[in-house]
Amino acid sequence: MHTAVDPLLAVVLVSNFLLLGTSRLRAAINGSAAQGVLLGLLALAVHGHLTLETGFVAAGATFTKGVLIPWLLHRAMREVAIRREIEPLIGFMPSMLLGAVGTGLALVFARTLPLAPEHAGSLLVPASLATVLTGFILLCTRRKAITQVVGYLILENGIFIMGLCLLEAMPFLVEIGVLLDLFVGIFVLGIIINHINREFSSVDTTHLSALKEE
Amino acid sequence: MLAALVCTPLLFALAALAVPSERLRPWLLPACGLAHLALVVAALSGAAEPMAHGWLVLDQLGRPVLGFLSVLFLVCALYAPGYLAQRPGRKNRVFCACVLAALGTLTLLVVAHHLGLMWVALETTTLASAPLIYFNHNARSIEATWKYLLIGSVGIALALLGSFFLAYGALRSGLPSTLVFEDLVRYAPQISKPWLHASFVLLLVGFGTKMGLAPMHSWKPDAYGEAPGLVGTLLAGGLTSGAFVAILRFFHICNAAGDGEFARQLLIALGLLSMAVAGVFMVRQRDFKRMLAYSSVEHMGILVLGIGIGGEAVFGSLLHLVNNGLCKAVLFLSAGNIHRAFGSKRTEHVSGALRRVPGSAALFLAGFFAITGSPPFGPFMSELTIVRGAFGTGHYAVGAAFLFFLFVIFIGMGATVLGVVQGDPPEGAPETGIRDRFSTLAPIVLALGMVLLLGVYIPEPVDRLLRDAASFLEVQP
Repeated sequence: MHTAVDPLLAVVLVSNFLLLGTSRLRAAINGSAAQGVLLGLLALAVHGHLTLETGFVAAGATFTKGVLIPWLLHRAMREVAIRREIEPLIGFMPSMLLGAVGTGLALVFARTLPLAPEHAGSLLVPASLATVLTGFILLCTRRKAITQVVGYLILENGIFIMGLCLLEAMPFLVEIGVLLDLFVGIFVLGIIINHINREFSSVDTTHLSALKEE
Repeated sequence: MLAALVCTPLLFALAALAVPSERLRPWLLPACGLAHLALVVAALSGAAEPMAHGWLVLDQLGRPVLGFLSVLFLVCALYAPGYLAQRPGRKNRVFCACVLAALGTLTLLVVAHHLGLMWVALETTTLASAPLIYFNHNARSIEATWKYLLIGSVGIALALLGSFFLAYGALRSGLPSTLVFEDLVRYAPQISKPWLHASFVLLLVGFGTKMGLAPMHSWKPDAYGEAPGLVGTLLAGGLTSGAFVAILRFFHICNAAGDGEFARQLLIALGLLSMAVAGVFMVRQRDFKRMLAYSSVEHMGILVLGIGIGGEAVFGSLLHLVNNGLCKAVLFLSAGNIHRAFGSKRTEHVSGALRRVPGSAALFLAGFFAITGSPPFGPFMSELTIVRGAFGTGHYAVGAAFLFFLFVIFIGMGATVLGVVQGDPPEGAPETGIRDRFSTLAPIVLALGMVLLLGVYIPEPVDRLLRDAASFLEVQP
């Protein structure tokens, strides 16, 4: 366990709040890209020494989460010509407060889970839970399809942090599967964004409300 | 053997992409269905050797489910050419390929004995089924697909987090790092309890979302409402059953760890909640395909409820998995025929189906009686077994609530179904020119015949497969 892990996780937690507080789509996408790069660094830092496997996971995470997907999202944003998140279901300040409460609860809950000696005292588990919660808040309260996709990315990032505890124990295949499926999932979502754009001439998911109970 | 089972549908999917003829391509589905069923029968009668270091195993739980999935797929596949012939304007290349690919990944889901592999299988099944919901290419189907993908992907993500928790719990206790189910069940008593509990909750929520248990069911009415009846059958009978198997795998681990009681209480609570939510939304439902979606929520609730009750009800629940899937085939496919004949699925535009499409309407009505647990159909037997299990194990309040919800749902569903089939077609109802044909009726009759058979007499091999699976799940530490 490297000493750089906790500071890196602290930066991840700060970036969560930035994501919750911003109304600009560009900032949200860049925030998720920054988190992707941080996760790549974390994958290296958790193990302290560079092996082929950790190097591959770190490079994979940095490239997919830090470069490829943000690039796709930027492209999608340009195509639909939307800059800002308007009128989220929960305002930006309240959602930041919610995020703060969530982070606190994550810290408390993580203490009830016994950690292996090599992870004892680290922020890995609470940071993972807090990031998952942040993603969940973004996903549930934002109206633009692109911001929802960013929310889903953050949720996946939180899960990736938890996966770091298992990097040595988990077979390689699972790590690859996670990244591949993530890419495919976003790809498919991206195509749908295009279709929504064509059908509704806006990417506001509130238009997606024809199907409901009366 | 197992590799052939998984790969055959995937190869057929590639073939579907390659075949240029819109008219010939749908016939790949029945061909694949027959090939798959033949392989499954061979695997069930002989010994299918474990493969790839125990990552692929056809165990006692997988055997009946795989057999059921193969039969259900064959029913859908036989229906497909007739259905697609009624939709000449729609390209079916992607549709056929995705249906076949979904069968391959579902097979993988059932035989996967590795936590990560099973998760990947469920994820790919979800991705393969998304284009199916989008088959009609209109605004409403986009909305349904968007909700399906977004909610489904969150569920899958939570399931992955739960898997990580379980793996970490095992690692924390100094157990050898393994994600193969055999090992996890063997080491289960030593897995750190807080991690095991947290992981079961996350996995139940995650896979429960895919299964469509309340309160994570919100994608279901939209997806089932907008997708073709054929796809509704595959989702309500196939994909949700696959997710149920995933939950059972983790329930099995919890049970082996001596924490079965903790898991059971959660399953009972979610099961009753699903039935209650379905009951509320089914009363006065004006869209008969959405009504079927709530019926699916209800029956997924019944499945987990039976497992939660334990004892005899576990067998009832597994039997109900088969009964529900086959009934859903009858209901969704006949509802699809009625939808095509009237060009609407709203009760204000559809009535008198018995006059316009007598065969489909009669099957829809019979399917309604079957799914609500009327004798002599199969669900009556499985629901009776679950009730007997509930009273036999001292769950009196649960058993009473179960019967109450069944009653409410019978009344609610009956009003909609009778409104659709009885009376005269409404004045000025648009004429679509689509009527019952042999190709769109015979597969439904086949499914109804099996439902009826299971209600009257359960064939000995089926009974043995289900009993083996039930005793496999009930293993105590």
